[in-house]
Amino acid sequence: MKTLEQTTDEILGLAAQHFKIPREQLAPSDDFYKKLKIDSLRALELITRLEHHFGIELPDYEVQGVTDFRTLASRIQARL
Amino acid sequence: MLEDLEQFIAALEPAVGSASALIIYSRREAGFSAGADLRELYEASLGLTSAQRVSGARAFLERVHRVLNTIDATPLTTIAAVHGVTFGGGFELALACDLIIADKMTRFCFPELRLGLIPGFGGIPRLRRDVGNAVVRDLLLTGRSINAAKALSAGLVSQVAGEGEALRVARATASQAGKFDRTTSAAAKGFLKPIPHEELRREIDLFCELFERPTVVESLRKFVEDEGAHPYLP
Repeated sequence: MKTLEQTTDEILGLAAQHFKIPREQLAPSDDFYKKLKIDSLRALELITRLEHHFGIELPDYEVQGVTDFRTLASRIQARL
Repeated sequence: MLEDLEQFIAALEPAVGSASALIIYSRREAGFSAGADLRELYEASLGLTSAQRVSGARAFLERVHRVLNTIDATPLTTIAAVHGVTFGGGFELALACDLIIADKMTRFCFPELRLGLIPGFGGIPRLRRDVGNAVVRDLLLTGRSINAAKALSAGLVSQVAGEGEALRVARATASQAGKFDRTTSAAAKGFLKPIPHEELRREIDLFCELFERPTVVESLRKFVEDEGAHPYLP
């Protein structure tokens, strides 16, 4: 079982890779909409990437209102 | 967009004799299609009485249904090669095809209930034709999106392609389908994929009933005026 910290770290790595920004510019508490400069449609790309990576289903209503990487990680953690 | 599709189906019939398959895809980077232009729908509703709004919506839906029924019924083997956002009307266009080949980053969604509506372009009857009710109800009643792997396991998608590979896979599939006698393929298609005309008609009626309510215009207004980053999330 991954820790929340590990899951968060993997999300940050995937987000950096997908949206082509340096990993060190991302922090767990960042608002990913602002930091990645994305809207909800592009956030779905991240969700799809995360679903593939973690082998889970993450219904979008479960991430409604979630804007930071750490909370996103906790939602994923609940599905692992 | 609708005018383009109408011109396209007019050109389709003469091509039937010389072609064996039709691939529908999009060059848009964000995805196959995010569906109907809600801003256009909202702006066209302004200043109209409820009866005028419904009458306009019905006329529009009848035109869309003529296009999608033609694509659905063509004797050609039809393949939707989809990627990225495949929502609402875009999803409904894909469902009119015989096969859906999805890039692994595709997401399918019917967001209409968020606006107080149901899909109006034949989405419900065609989805019911292809997959079990559990999936239909999940997609419709939660408005959630699903990825290509989930769609494959639900029987909605025929094949999942790697990123950026859906069109190539669709071409290979079209080439394979084109090896068979056209009369036999068309007969098999007609037998396997009847068009649910009665349900399609009822869907238009129900859409119009729901569209008549002022709450729908209010939902459209909120969506169109939302300048936040996440209007698509429920």
